[in-house]
Amino acid sequence: MKPAPFEYYAPTSVEEALATLQNLGYDGKVLAGGQSLIPAMNFRMARPAALVDLNKIKELFYIKPTDDGGLAIGTMTRDSVVEKDPLVAERFPIVPYVVKHIAHPQIRNRGTFGGAIAHADPAAQIPALSVALQARFLVRKQGGERWVNAEEFFMGPFMTVLEPEEMLAEVALPPMAKGSGASYQQVSRQKGGYAQAAVISVVVVDENKRCKDARVVLFSVGETPILSQAARKILMGNLPTPEAIAEVAEKISKEEVDPGTDIHGTAEYRRHLVKVLVRRGLTEAFERAK
Amino acid sequence: MAGKYVHQSILRLEDPELITARVQFLDDIKLPDMLHAAFKRSDYAHARIKSIDVSEARKLPGVIGVYTAEDFGDYVKPGPLQVPPPTAIKGATYVARTTMPIAKDKVRYAGEPVAIVIAESRYIAEDACDLIYVDYEPLEAVVDLEKALQPGSPLVHEDLPSNEAGHVRQERGSWEQAVKEADLVIKRKFFINRNAGAALENRGIIVQWDKHAKQMTIWCGTQSVIALRNQTAARLGLFESQVRVITPNMGGGFGPKINTSLPDDALITYLAMKLERPIKWVEDRRENFLATTSERDQVHYCEIAVKRDGTIVGLKDFFYHNSGAYNPYMMTVPLNSQSHTVTNYRVPNFLTEFYMVFTNQMIVTPVRGAGRQYGVFVMERMLDAAARELGMSPVEIRRKNLLPANAYPYYTNIIGQDFVEGVLDSGDYPSAFEKTLELIEYDRFVNEVQPKLRAQGKKVGIGVACFSEGTGVGPYEGARVTVGGNGKVVASTGYTSQGQAHYTTFAQIVADQLGVDVKDVKIITGDTGYFGWGAGTFASRGITVAGTATYMAAQKVRQKALKLASKILEAPEEELELADGVVRVADIPSKFIALGDLANLANPMRGTMEPGTEPGLEAVAYYGPPYGATGAGCMAIILEVDPETMQVSMEKMAMVHDCGTPVNPMVVDGQIHGGIQMGIGDAFYEELIYDENGQLLTASFMDYLFPQATDMPKKLVLGHMETPSPLNPLGIKGVGEAGAIPVPSAFAQAVENALQDTGVEFDRDTLSPSRIFTYVQMAKGA
Repeated sequence: MKPAPFEYYAPTSVEEALATLQNLGYDGKVLAGGQSLIPAMNFRMARPAALVDLNKIKELFYIKPTDDGGLAIGTMTRDSVVEKDPLVAERFPIVPYVVKHIAHPQIRNRGTFGGAIAHADPAAQIPALSVALQARFLVRKQGGERWVNAEEFFMGPFMTVLEPEEMLAEVALPPMAKGSGASYQQVSRQKGGYAQAAVISVVVVDENKRCKDARVVLFSVGETPILSQAARKILMGNLPTPEAIAEVAEKISKEEVDPGTDIHGTAEYRRHLVKVLVRRGLTEAFERAK
Repeated sequence: MAGKYVHQSILRLEDPELITARVQFLDDIKLPDMLHAAFKRSDYAHARIKSIDVSEARKLPGVIGVYTAEDFGDYVKPGPLQVPPPTAIKGATYVARTTMPIAKDKVRYAGEPVAIVIAESRYIAEDACDLIYVDYEPLEAVVDLEKALQPGSPLVHEDLPSNEAGHVRQERGSWEQAVKEADLVIKRKFFINRNAGAALENRGIIVQWDKHAKQMTIWCGTQSVIALRNQTAARLGLFESQVRVITPNMGGGFGPKINTSLPDDALITYLAMKLERPIKWVEDRRENFLATTSERDQVHYCEIAVKRDGTIVGLKDFFYHNSGAYNPYMMTVPLNSQSHTVTNYRVPNFLTEFYMVFTNQMIVTPVRGAGRQYGVFVMERMLDAAARELGMSPVEIRRKNLLPANAYPYYTNIIGQDFVEGVLDSGDYPSAFEKTLELIEYDRFVNEVQPKLRAQGKKVGIGVACFSEGTGVGPYEGARVTVGGNGKVVASTGYTSQGQAHYTTFAQIVADQLGVDVKDVKIITGDTGYFGWGAGTFASRGITVAGTATYMAAQKVRQKALKLASKILEAPEEELELADGVVRVADIPSKFIALGDLANLANPMRGTMEPGTEPGLEAVAYYGPPYGATGAGCMAIILEVDPETMQVSMEKMAMVHDCGTPVNPMVVDGQIHGGIQMGIGDAFYEELIYDENGQLLTASFMDYLFPQATDMPKKLVLGHMETPSPLNPLGIKGVGEAGAIPVPSAFAQAVENALQDTGVEFDRDTLSPSRIFTYVQMAKGA
């Protein structure tokens, strides 16, 4: 379990990193926390010709408040830093709660917020979280940059809109709306293990407790994080009654997810889990919404 | 037999060094000029090798050599049997197809080595493996145990008429008679899955051949230094004395490291001699999952004959046992299943029969529990099935049939892994059972707690299962105890240690005999340079067999010390005592001689010695029991099942265990904790899954789930009983595997109990939530 030979670059500035990526083109692969990429390389399932290691670029490690009440998170910010940051907890209490479910402390000490997004593992928490929270991603390349909405970023398992010369630089989280509540539900075989099914629910209610918005994002049950359309359609403008929530859960599990059978669970079981978790998640999110 | 140290929970003497990392593990060893090995392994489970092209690999800079079966010539032949064949069992048949050091003409499991690369670094060696091209002709893989024995099945070994590797039938009383006497005969089929013995540290070996001294040194994480030395010497045509095997500190063993003729053992020793440079190979986790050894799967067809009142009249168990591609370890695992099925109960008529089957899967050899838990699982499941049919509680049916406390010694009529008839030497199974029920508060739970929680919609359940563990089997172990001129004591044995606290427990035994501080006893295990006789670390026999040999050697030294001191102190032996590092006259403490001074006087440099006197305060002793000492106990679990997600939360576990006299009760607790964790893996998480082509789908810890600290029960209560074994002077029975044995049985019963309203019944282990969900759906008729 030793990786195949590769070239290694360790730039110390974003500019230098972007220039290196530009030069390498398809041969280059960004190394962030390395908690997914390095094992894949050790199994020789990933064989990048060159690694561009971002760990020496200090300017990519930050959590900054934004004026609108949101947050800007530098791509190299470690998961454990996000997990423990008081500002994150204050503005987005759901974030540390979800991050705690990522693997184990040692892995969160190395794994990065942006790295998980760029890696786009369909079973990973942070991509789904970014969709639920309507995150925007700052994507940079030599001599240019663009903003991409989380919803439009994930193309398939381990596939994103990033071009080889591009790098995810920052994750911007817009503020949570007034009257919002969130919940995270996951079932995994073991603490710290991959979810067999999981759902992040972010809802907003008006002063009459009617649903103003419902972002229900499922993951581990399809090729990318799945933002439910049914949840919005059924709930928007209505009271989130148990019946309405049950209807959403039923519809999502039947129509919007596509779990497969694997060694840890049948597709039928995982579809059943989706129904249970959506119901529990929406119920909890609406209870919390104020 | 309590002493100043024996029977005391002193802290482990080896821990300070281990915790502060002032120890050496195999991969820490770096020798000058050392080369590194990597194996090219088969992608196919079953295929003919048409050709292997190593030319590209040989050209890679840094590669010293690339070798296939062809390059080894006559050296490539089946390895030795690791245990003798079961000739003592009447009517038993077997064929031996032992491990090949490297695949020749044909591969028989995915992961079998087809080539070995020696290079300047492991990185280069693995790069070279990528450049080896093997042309295979794929063959249909043999994966299904029952289909494998049907006519027309593809053959793992084509020189054999079928895939049958062995057959044993043993009967006590008469099953036929039992059926006649019974009111009811209940039939069930069970499937038992396959688990890894995944130690924290994998296998590994470093071999150095000194061409000037003509001496080979092997550092190896092995559970049997003696067998490795002897088999290596035999393979290479050396004297045993030319090979020294040393085990560094080891990160666990759990069974697979008992094998001493696997490809790495055979090939790396050969190549180190040929190339005259040291070679290191450390198994990586993928290799460990694919191609070390692991434990069985079995399919059981079982029948229990009972009276209406729940009395067992007889049991019949017929099972298939998966041997994997080769069977170097013969019948140990299925014999253990067979000899542990009915142990705890009065079963007058017992018929047990198995077929061992070759398949295109990794070789099966013992892993902690070593087949015992599957005999136990089958019996406990059958009792649950009978209780269900008879409308009894699981407690009632067990209480009715437990072997009484006055039954020992109890002759089982069944021959086990040590090839002698099993004898239950001592025990008190009913007390262990009742004590367990008290610890888990069974009656209170069933009568008060459970109804209340069920009324709240909670699915809580309780399960209780009994088990036995045949331990401390022969043939023998030995030890040498030596008092140094510094007054400190060295005890060496051919046994090896993988974390079992031998450095503490053996020292406790010696310290008590010689009256020295336990910290002044140095234990040497697993180095043939110090002690060259022994069998190995298996079957929970360390403290029972090697510990007893150590005790006996220490006693001999004590006698020597008393005899010599008696002369020097001019006092009769009966008036002397060994304490505080001296031999003294008990009534006149000022009249003494230090043990170290005595040791020097026992080894005179000039002058004369009395005829018949052996020099030094040193003695060697060997101990071999006529049969093993049987430990036993009982376990109960309370758990809660989420009725929607089927997630299981283990709320409380209680276990009562009897391993005779514990030398160190704290160490016994630790063994049980670790065993329980492994049992939880068995019951709930761990499963080596092969697909229909014999491909392993669980070749990493991402897919093979290993129980973590967070997967232990919320509350764990242990109770101990001590019925000393009459087989050895300290009254010890083994405990290493105990915790692992009863968990799957108790777990299955508890989950069924929690989901009682669904009527679900389990016929297998590894009850993942998805599996529980499927069973419940089936029970509902969905």
